[in-house]
Amino acid sequence: MNLDAAISIRGLVKRYGEFVAVDGLDLDIRRGEIFALLGPNGAGKTTTVEICEGYRARDAGEVRVLGEDPADGARSWKAQLGIVLQSGTGASQLTVREMLTAQGSYYPDPRDADEVLDLVGLTEKAGVRGKALSGGQRRRLDVALGIVGRPTLLFLDEPTTGFDPEARRQFWSLIRSLRELGTTMLLTTHYLDEAEALADRVGVIARGRLVEVAVPALLGGRETAPVVVSWTEDGARHTEATPTPTAFVRELAGRFPGEIPDLAVARPTLEDVYLQMIGEAR
Amino acid sequence: MTTTSPGTARALPSLPSVYRSRASVELKEFFRQRESVVFTLLLPVLLLVVFGAVLDYDIGFGVTFTQYFMAGIIAAGILGASLQNMAISIATERSDGTLKSLAGTPMPRSAYFVGKIVQVLAVTLAIIVVLLLIGVLFYDIELPKGADWITFAWVTALGAAACTLLGIALSSLAKTGRSASATVTPFALLLQFISGVFFRFSTIPTWMQTVASFFPLKWMGQGLRSVFLPDALAAQEPAGGWELGRVALVLGVWCVAGLLLCIATFRWQERGTG
Repeated sequence: MNLDAAISIRGLVKRYGEFVAVDGLDLDIRRGEIFALLGPNGAGKTTTVEICEGYRARDAGEVRVLGEDPADGARSWKAQLGIVLQSGTGASQLTVREMLTAQGSYYPDPRDADEVLDLVGLTEKAGVRGKALSGGQRRRLDVALGIVGRPTLLFLDEPTTGFDPEARRQFWSLIRSLRELGTTMLLTTHYLDEAEALADRVGVIARGRLVEVAVPALLGGRETAPVVVSWTEDGARHTEATPTPTAFVRELAGRFPGEIPDLAVARPTLEDVYLQMIGEAR
Repeated sequence: MTTTSPGTARALPSLPSVYRSRASVELKEFFRQRESVVFTLLLPVLLLVVFGAVLDYDIGFGVTFTQYFMAGIIAAGILGASLQNMAISIATERSDGTLKSLAGTPMPRSAYFVGKIVQVLAVTLAIIVVLLLIGVLFYDIELPKGADWITFAWVTALGAAACTLLGIALSSLAKTGRSASATVTPFALLLQFISGVFFRFSTIPTWMQTVASFFPLKWMGQGLRSVFLPDALAAQEPAGGWELGRVALVLGVWCVAGLLLCIATFRWQERGTG
């Protein structure tokens, strides 16, 4: 166990009847980092996260979150966490500001409601009832409720599902500003561009096991994987996978008097290596 | 390390302060929701107005049916404020994730129930005040006198407690707030019919009286009749008296049973996710 880590997991097992949802998972999440957990539906992401949050009991293994066993779930421990659930919270008759003030009243050192509203961009909706918010606004409210207690560690379970591209960009900048405040974050997401944009490290989980942990640029040997060069020659499209793209393009340039027609040089995306990894794990 | 754990430096908020906060949340959630106010508060008022206008006959000793109905409709109002309100609102909060979210915060779990109890008390009090006011102003209802107020208070408190606990327990049976409403509402209505809310209990078939006497509402109605009707009418009760000792006993047993059911069944998350 790494007791300095924000989260330290060894040999975690969780079964639902016959089905093994988490099958001997090991993971360390450092203090101050944004860690993204990727994986297909049913891979064990939410189960793992909810065990760390204290919502579910484990069948085997050791888990320490901020140095404590989540199964103990003391109030003083919960006071250091912020949790944004996949399901979010229900429609409330309270106004956005009232909800934040009420949520803050459970914590020892809450953030000012207006400060949080400003952070998530809901200042204009402060006096609006929770039930009257749009889907994207409600998700930002969920995040606001998650951070009002000034958490050391913030869990974000698929926070941007259902967002339009612009709302996702705004959300990303919110997450980056929280990082600057020193908050450790464990993020689960389906969006690989989101993981790449936000995460210091990503972990890929498949069939209840952690397949790999790496910084996004190095996942699955991405940086050394062959680069695909494509161009048009004699009216036909050509592609070539090469470990030395610069040399290849230089040689290619010699064959044309001017520009290489329709030249494209593509490194494998995070999505490419991810799909390959979860494919191999199946 | 000093910058990463500011949350541990300060003490957790005190229980009374969180209780106050939850009470305020629960009062706002109830009184701002039009459906719950209409359903729980205005329905008994409407029934009183309609029954008071239509069934204004003498039930003996110069007492009108409206005076009898006052006891029944207050009992039904308490049932709505406690059992129906709790079963539906908690089932809703469990299915929409509110309860799960709360369980993830450092809120002491007792605070949730304190908030609910304050809500039930406030709604119960509001119903009783409105019903009495309308009764006195428009239907010549005679208010209780002297020691009857004490009986009124304990029957209301004990009945509301039993029905609140029962409502919390029932909330675990439903998957959503809507399905809770669909099952609890007919159940409550049926109970009202056989417990002597709308008709004089003595005119209801004996087997129905027997069924009703297993549930709290019949005893709440009987206790409240002792408050609103002259003692001369006690002879019309099937037992020939108000049986206040038995009222306290049955409601007390329901409190204990309801509490045990709550402890055994209460969940902060939907089933199948634990």
